[in-house]
Amino acid sequence: MDATLTPSAWLLALVQALLYLALAPLMVGWVRKVKARLQNRRGASPFQPYRDLRKLLFKETRVAHTASPLFRVAPYVVFVATWVAAASVPLVTIDLPTAVVADIIVLVGLLALARVFLTLAGMDVGTAFGGMGASREMMISALAEPAMLMAVFTLAMTAHSTNLGSVIDHHLGDAFVLRPSYLFAFAGLTLVALAETGRIPVDNPSTHLELTMVHEAMLLEYSGRHLALMEWAAQIKLMLYGVLVANVFVPWGIARDLAPASLAIGLGAILLKLMALGIALALAETVLAKMRLFRVPAFLNLALLLSLLGLLSHVILEVGA
Amino acid sequence: MTALLLTLLAPLLGALLLALLRPPVAGGWLNLAISSLTLAAAAWLAWLVALDGEVAGRLVGVGFRVDAFNVYLVVLTAFVGLTTSIFSRPYMRHVRAEGRVYLGGIRVYHSMYQTFMLTMLLALTTDNLGVLWVAVEGATLATVLLVSLYRTPEAIEAAWKYFILCGVGIALALFGTVLTYFAAQHVDFRSAAQPGAGLIWSALYAHAGELDPTVMRIAFVFLLVGYGTKVGLVPMHQWLPDAHSEGPTPMSAVLSGLLLNVALYALVRFKMLVDGSLAATDSPHLAGALLMGFGLVSFMVAGLFLHRQRDIKRMFSYSSIEHMGLMTFAFGLGGPLATFGALLHMLVHSLTKSAIFVTVGHAAHIAGSQGIDKIRGLIRTQPAVGWSLLIGVAAIAGFPPFGVFTSEFLLLTATMQAQPWLTLPLLTGLAIAFAGLFRHLHPMVYGVAPEGQRPVQANLIPVAVHLGLVLWLGLAIPGFLAEWLNRATQLITGASLL
Amino acid sequence: MNLPALPLLQQLVVLLAALVLFLSFVLLAQSRLVSAIHAFAWQGALVAAVTAVVALTGDSHHLYFSAGLTLVLKALLIPWMLHRQVRRLELERHSETLQRPALAIMAAVGLVIFSSWLVLPMVAEELTFTRNIVAISLAVVLIGFLMMVVRQQAVAQVLGFMSIENGLFLAAVSATGGMPLIVELGVAFDVLVAMVLFGVFFFQIRESIDSLDVDRLNRLSETADVAVEDRP
Repeated sequence: MDATLTPSAWLLALVQALLYLALAPLMVGWVRKVKARLQNRRGASPFQPYRDLRKLLFKETRVAHTASPLFRVAPYVVFVATWVAAASVPLVTIDLPTAVVADIIVLVGLLALARVFLTLAGMDVGTAFGGMGASREMMISALAEPAMLMAVFTLAMTAHSTNLGSVIDHHLGDAFVLRPSYLFAFAGLTLVALAETGRIPVDNPSTHLELTMVHEAMLLEYSGRHLALMEWAAQIKLMLYGVLVANVFVPWGIARDLAPASLAIGLGAILLKLMALGIALALAETVLAKMRLFRVPAFLNLALLLSLLGLLSHVILEVGA
Repeated sequence: MTALLLTLLAPLLGALLLALLRPPVAGGWLNLAISSLTLAAAAWLAWLVALDGEVAGRLVGVGFRVDAFNVYLVVLTAFVGLTTSIFSRPYMRHVRAEGRVYLGGIRVYHSMYQTFMLTMLLALTTDNLGVLWVAVEGATLATVLLVSLYRTPEAIEAAWKYFILCGVGIALALFGTVLTYFAAQHVDFRSAAQPGAGLIWSALYAHAGELDPTVMRIAFVFLLVGYGTKVGLVPMHQWLPDAHSEGPTPMSAVLSGLLLNVALYALVRFKMLVDGSLAATDSPHLAGALLMGFGLVSFMVAGLFLHRQRDIKRMFSYSSIEHMGLMTFAFGLGGPLATFGALLHMLVHSLTKSAIFVTVGHAAHIAGSQGIDKIRGLIRTQPAVGWSLLIGVAAIAGFPPFGVFTSEFLLLTATMQAQPWLTLPLLTGLAIAFAGLFRHLHPMVYGVAPEGQRPVQANLIPVAVHLGLVLWLGLAIPGFLAEWLNRATQLITGASLL
Repeated sequence: MNLPALPLLQQLVVLLAALVLFLSFVLLAQSRLVSAIHAFAWQGALVAAVTAVVALTGDSHHLYFSAGLTLVLKALLIPWMLHRQVRRLELERHSETLQRPALAIMAAVGLVIFSSWLVLPMVAEELTFTRNIVAISLAVVLIGFLMMVVRQQAVAQVLGFMSIENGLFLAAVSATGGMPLIVELGVAFDVLVAMVLFGVFFFQIRESIDSLDVDRLNRLSETADVAVEDRP
């Protein structure tokens, strides 16, 4: 990967990271728009999240009296950790200097770091809702993380690497292969993604109903700039999972070199994939109902089972000594 | 071939006819007639086999092959089927008179009786391992409704247990059969120009050495657990006492006397294949060792359970488990002497046990209960039934001069030759079983008869015939039978005893 | 074995077999009876699909017939019969409370590992593809057993029984290219008769203990001192 260490490659990596920042609100807006159309509403413009972010960024930031310094630091940590995690996921091309650190375990670790600060901040002020949201978030993530790791290991075992770039590269290098393990890992990872990004049926991102909210409950005390960063981080996280699912399981189109033509194809491909994913997500959220919190462990157990089956079917059916 | 066709066709048509027959009163007689016809056809078949050594052919796309080993069981099956049907006619009339069975139940009973005979004969005569499985499963399906015939909660529970346990067990046997077929995939069956030769027993046996030993080893474990459930090997025996005690008594007689034999027959056939396949590996006696282990455990455990029974039919079903364990052990031991003994034991056990169940049916009728502590003083109330029970139990416990003694003596001798230290558990087991049987038997036969206990109309001809035969076999085995068993032994072990 | 080296149709067989295994897990954990019947029907349809694909790859034409047979019997007829019986027994809304579902699932995962371990010694260069499918079918069979142990409801136990049969069919088709037709017909006939008898038993059990919870069938056992003398 010597060719990738040129200044232009570094520049490209930076652009890719910035693309995440720029596109994340659009993806959320797109999902909202499609969902609105499905429900026979006109809905806001897909660019509405940008306006919301701008509005929040310029608003006065208020902090509760009981808040500790951690409360002020948390939005920055959450935002940066999520962003760095996102930047390591290949978006347009796999052939970048950041690909070297694009390790799946690092990715999971960075997301865990963000979550820890999010929940700490939720509990920091000492309100009932914050603590409730934090404990729920931890319950969900404690179940979701093993499932995610298991799914990810399935992929890693196929490619003999935990590097995302290599996994995608390996997958592209093969001819079209029907892998049962990929199918299971895909299903498992999708369920995990739904839980981790707080979508229906685990959490409802568009409600502040006190009995059911998880993610929103932790953000109740935030305002202004802090809230903007937190919201933005959540949007980036959604996009991160979208790109992860799209590029790992349907990698076709992603650029394997730095030629302008293939980069353009890569960009177009990922945009199309994300649009399709957004439509699928909106459809699922329209059809499904949010489940009771006590049903969530069953949902995540299913994800764990799917990932486990992926691992097993990889070992039994695909390698088989 | 005609003889074989007739042997199978008689119960098939009988089952259909009995299912359609409106007034079920005549069912008992028709059942008897069909059973006699089957026995006649089976005898003819045996005669043909005695002349040619083997009868083989194909009917509706299924290969059949009758040799000395299975024709002997065919005749035994048809014979016990006939004598039990003699007993079953008055018994079912009595049960009907008591109102324990609804009218349609009698029709179901007779029709299923013949269906059961058909599946038994089909399992014995077929050369196709898949059809063997289908027939053994069919036997479960045919008898399961009979076990629940009385519709009491206990009967339904027993039938459900029987259905589930045997159904599941036999599913494992099918898995083993599939694995056998799998192991035969790379065998070149040039000699057998039949489709699906990998399931034809004779073709497999001819090429046993070429079967993949690893696959056969795994397959045999499944087959042992699968067919072993049907044999009643411990710990898969749970269904057996329940099904025997809750079903009609003639059913218990044929289950114990025939079904268990046929399942064991299947195991022995598979053992022959596995032995051939494993001959060149480092564990050539794996199948035998497994059979010996399961057999010995069943033998000992069933003997211990005999002591704590409170239901007379349950007690004798444990005795069946004990004897099947002994036979399984003997077939596992291998060698001409043990195999000869096991074959003889199969014969005398079937005869004695069905005679005992018939007697028990009468005894329960006299006492109005199957509880051991309710049956008292049979010899005073009805000497014929009392003596039959006493002689039957003496025979099954292995008293000289009955045939069971002869076969058990042969088995002990064979054990002493091959595995001397195993003689000790065998003798202990025999003693335990003996004590268990007699401790319950004594008060039943000699105890004080309760007030108002009356003799019943009993038909003890089948009992007398069976016990007479067992006595004869104990005193002297007729030459033709010895020659016959010897030929079967030769087929199984490859060596001749006489 | 290397999966990419296999022809596409055989990859499809592997994929379908893995899905059959997944449905076994669904059956095991599904507490709603009607949904479990649907899962069973899907499993039957998948086994039929495997049969059809194997028929496409090979030259044994009778496999098309047995694919159709499996589809009609396992995916349509038996689920329909079960459905009808469930309706007549008024169990449509019945949902069983499973004892420790996570433990059952983990046990099932253990069974999958066990079956793959069991077939490991079957080593032969050309056999790897079928050997792995044998492992999957064995796992389906064993999970069927587990289901019969874990579930107390008679209908659910029958579903377990029938999914054992599905595993056997899968083994027969994918490992050996199908059993001879006459045997398959016999097995199918046995399964059908068994289903009819199960139907009879549902009603007999209900009449007898007023429930289909077979754990309450406990009158006969070696430990229970049931008064045998009360019975004639």
